[in-house]
Amino acid sequence: MNVHADTKERVEKLQGLGSSRKRVEDARFTQGAGNYVDDIKLPGMLFGDFARSPYGHARIKSINKDAALAVPGVVAVLTAEDLKPLNLHYMPTLAGDVQAVLADEKVLFQNQEVAFIVAEDRYIAADAADLVEVEYEELPALVDAFKAMDDDAPLLREDIKDKMEGAHGPRKHHNHIFHWEEGDEAGANQALADAEVTVEEMITYQRVHPCPLETCGCVASMDKINGKLTLWGTFQAPHAVRTVASLITNIPEHNIRVVSPDIGGGFGNKVGVYAGYICAAVASIVTGVPIKWVEDRIENLSTTAFARDYHMTGKLAATRDGRITGLHCHVLADHGAFDACADPTKFPAGFFHICTGSYDIPVAYCGVDGVYTNKAPGGVAYRCSFRVTEAAYMIERMIDVLARKLDMDPAELRMKNFIRKEQFPYTSALGWEYDSGDYHTAMDKALESVDYKALRAEQQENRAAFERGDTRKLMGIGVAFFTEIVGAGPVKNCDILGLGMFDSCEIRIHPTGSAIARLGTISQGQGHATTFAQILATEIGIPAEDITLEEGDTDTAPYGLGTYGSRSTPVAGAATAMAGRKIRAKAQMIAAYLLEVHEGDLEWDVDRFQVKGNPDAHKTMKEIAFASYNQAIPGLEPGLEAVSYYDPPNMTYPFGAYICVVDIDVDTGVTDVRSFYALDDCGTRINPMIIEGQVHGGLTEALAIAMGQDISYDEIGNIRGGSLLDFFLPTAVETPLWQTDHTTTPSPHHPIGAKGVGESPNVGGVPAFSNAVHDAFAHKGLTHTQMPHDHWRVWETARKLGLTG
Amino acid sequence: MSKIDVKMTVNGKAVETKTEPRTLLIHLLREDLNLTGPHIGCDTSHCGACTVDLNGKSVKSCTVFAAQAEGAEITTIEGIAKPDGTLHALQEAFRQHHGLQCGFCTPGMITRAYRLLQENPNPTEEEIRYGISGNLCRCTGYQNIVKSIQAAAEELSVKEAAE
Repeated sequence: MNVHADTKERVEKLQGLGSSRKRVEDARFTQGAGNYVDDIKLPGMLFGDFARSPYGHARIKSINKDAALAVPGVVAVLTAEDLKPLNLHYMPTLAGDVQAVLADEKVLFQNQEVAFIVAEDRYIAADAADLVEVEYEELPALVDAFKAMDDDAPLLREDIKDKMEGAHGPRKHHNHIFHWEEGDEAGANQALADAEVTVEEMITYQRVHPCPLETCGCVASMDKINGKLTLWGTFQAPHAVRTVASLITNIPEHNIRVVSPDIGGGFGNKVGVYAGYICAAVASIVTGVPIKWVEDRIENLSTTAFARDYHMTGKLAATRDGRITGLHCHVLADHGAFDACADPTKFPAGFFHICTGSYDIPVAYCGVDGVYTNKAPGGVAYRCSFRVTEAAYMIERMIDVLARKLDMDPAELRMKNFIRKEQFPYTSALGWEYDSGDYHTAMDKALESVDYKALRAEQQENRAAFERGDTRKLMGIGVAFFTEIVGAGPVKNCDILGLGMFDSCEIRIHPTGSAIARLGTISQGQGHATTFAQILATEIGIPAEDITLEEGDTDTAPYGLGTYGSRSTPVAGAATAMAGRKIRAKAQMIAAYLLEVHEGDLEWDVDRFQVKGNPDAHKTMKEIAFASYNQAIPGLEPGLEAVSYYDPPNMTYPFGAYICVVDIDVDTGVTDVRSFYALDDCGTRINPMIIEGQVHGGLTEALAIAMGQDISYDEIGNIRGGSLLDFFLPTAVETPLWQTDHTTTPSPHHPIGAKGVGESPNVGGVPAFSNAVHDAFAHKGLTHTQMPHDHWRVWETARKLGLTG
Repeated sequence: MSKIDVKMTVNGKAVETKTEPRTLLIHLLREDLNLTGPHIGCDTSHCGACTVDLNGKSVKSCTVFAAQAEGAEITTIEGIAKPDGTLHALQEAFRQHHGLQCGFCTPGMITRAYRLLQENPNPTEEEIRYGISGNLCRCTGYQNIVKSIQAAAEELSVKEAAE
């Protein structure tokens, strides 16, 4: 047989790295056989539901449970008073604050949890929730973050009013959470003072919500006989949930099992620990039967894990010919009533200091002040690494603002300031070490693919036609170039509640040459069972279809920090490759014994070890696997297993160039996305089909954010945007066709060079849409307007510019 | 609360059960009949995760009382494949064209597309996009869902021509 043809066939059979392998998850999902948390049904199971606050800020004067308890089928009604003896009326947050599990004397945001009803079915629980009588004394609500630290601002957090040292340093005011900063403020100010040109803008990234199609929920089951608590739930980090549950309930960690079943999307919503989980666990411990709690959509949007709410004031210094000489940025961060932000412990503003973006900016400073308001807690990374989409939005808008001021093309200004290929690894002014990149090549390819010059020429014609009155539409071209920072992260500086952010993979090879691998992560749609098997297939020469992937059960999977911040591929993917290499190292010793040669005389070839120079003398992985179980090999233990806990040496830095073209009807504000081109560089590509799917989805979420999503509050703290009636989720009709492309710049420190991609399209997509809308009006003098660019706001912009009919 | 009798045919099987007058069809299907393919994703009839086929029409089963389905013929995702287990062209196409990620919208999406292709066996891309606009997906950006439905439509028309 032709050796090359044989090799090609063997490689194809593996369906390893680079193969657009079809997903193994799909068979069950397409037949309605998924197993999501609300599908779990246990004997004797009861249902939990919350009575919630109608007020944004109020004192609780009394709670009367009698009417609720009188409803047939109601088993228990819990309030803060019931949780106090257990010391569970407050829970620790991921940000070093505490959050009321059930409101303790005060409510601090609308729909806050006040009482937990346990009943025989969900209808009875809902009936009883309405019958919990709470007497409130309404207090003035604080909804404007800019007024949070006024002298006369209402005191929100009475529980910590005397605690002026927070988790991240001193607090300046009773509504202040933290001040955090990075960089050289004096240097940045000097650069601004010395600059030939400066620009400044206050850029708000509005409050939004990840809104996965499945809401959050859990089933808690306390087995009183063996003392074991099992929690099934929508957990993006099941192992961390187990540790936290053990710490706050004092149940030994070995007696807690946490299982994440199929999860219907997460996007950051399912990272945190919520009151419903605690209440369901307590109720199960008290009643001795399983308790299910699943939130409805309004509860989801109004209580669990909002994202963004960042008010960012950016200043750029530049030379007249467009060389950026400095960046200064201050953020007012609205964290809501409790600081339940999901960030690595040492980073209260996440990785916001990636805000120098893709540019070689010599001096920079960013400072962030977090404040309390009467809004829902959260601040999660909604399909992005921690606060990275905020940073990318700020710098990408500022670059466009600077381009207008300089009268330069925004793509040209970007090219002029990009970090050059030869500068990598590149240390930014704010301290990050960018691992690899080739920005100019990516941008050139993008500009050429969309024929950028022709688009700009068409825009000139469009503007002339508009002036002549031949059209009422304006064309906008949005350019964005982003650098993500993902794969948190190195244990030396990344932890959550003291847990280092490594991840893990454990592999067992079965005697007949198939395998099972277990990981510390958990898929929420990313297709881990498909792609991680591909990484392994290439590493150990066993076809992907012969490798079972398991995640999400803390009793069986190795400890890991879970799936968010695009960390699965950079961290758990690396652990998978490294565990595979351990398998291969032992396999090599076994093959050497079987072939009666020295290990060094063997070479790896796709799925086998062969004697160098004599490929006919070989042992396939399948043969080696069997030998590991039936041969007494001197100096080697039987079996073929490995585990790897991977502590990444650095983050990974995926990047991309996005170009969006919109046509705006100035009389209606209707903004039609004519085309969207997305070039992503995520390093080595594991499964191109899945990457493209992730990019499509992330761009659609970016479209939703940029063009419509907004959770605002009225002056007394009523939430607006708290149901799908008015929280924008695009349908297939509003969603344009996405054009994807790529370059490949591997990560130098990742075992297979992969960087992660799931969140890039959200990070790059939002500024691309926003820049396109602004670009349409740029010739009329528009510099910046706040998102979302919904029809009304766009029409308002046109009206203010005197363009409407 | 007192219960009433309801009879219906679900996935070809006669069902007779008692339920509260206020019980929503989605809860009857999921809780009483253990058909957990259709899901619940919102409270306001927007998301379509609960879509089932009722007397030849796509309905959101969170917005129908079980009592209103008295005597109805209902098909859920569990009844889309042939009784011998052969997958429907849509189920196969969604896998081939990566028309799903987390899978939560998928049962409703396929059930809706199943009816759409009977209403309009050769839809244009635009007709597909309008035809599934009552079903939300947060993962895929719809592009591969549209592609899956187009592929299934072609497959079904080839089959029909052969028969």
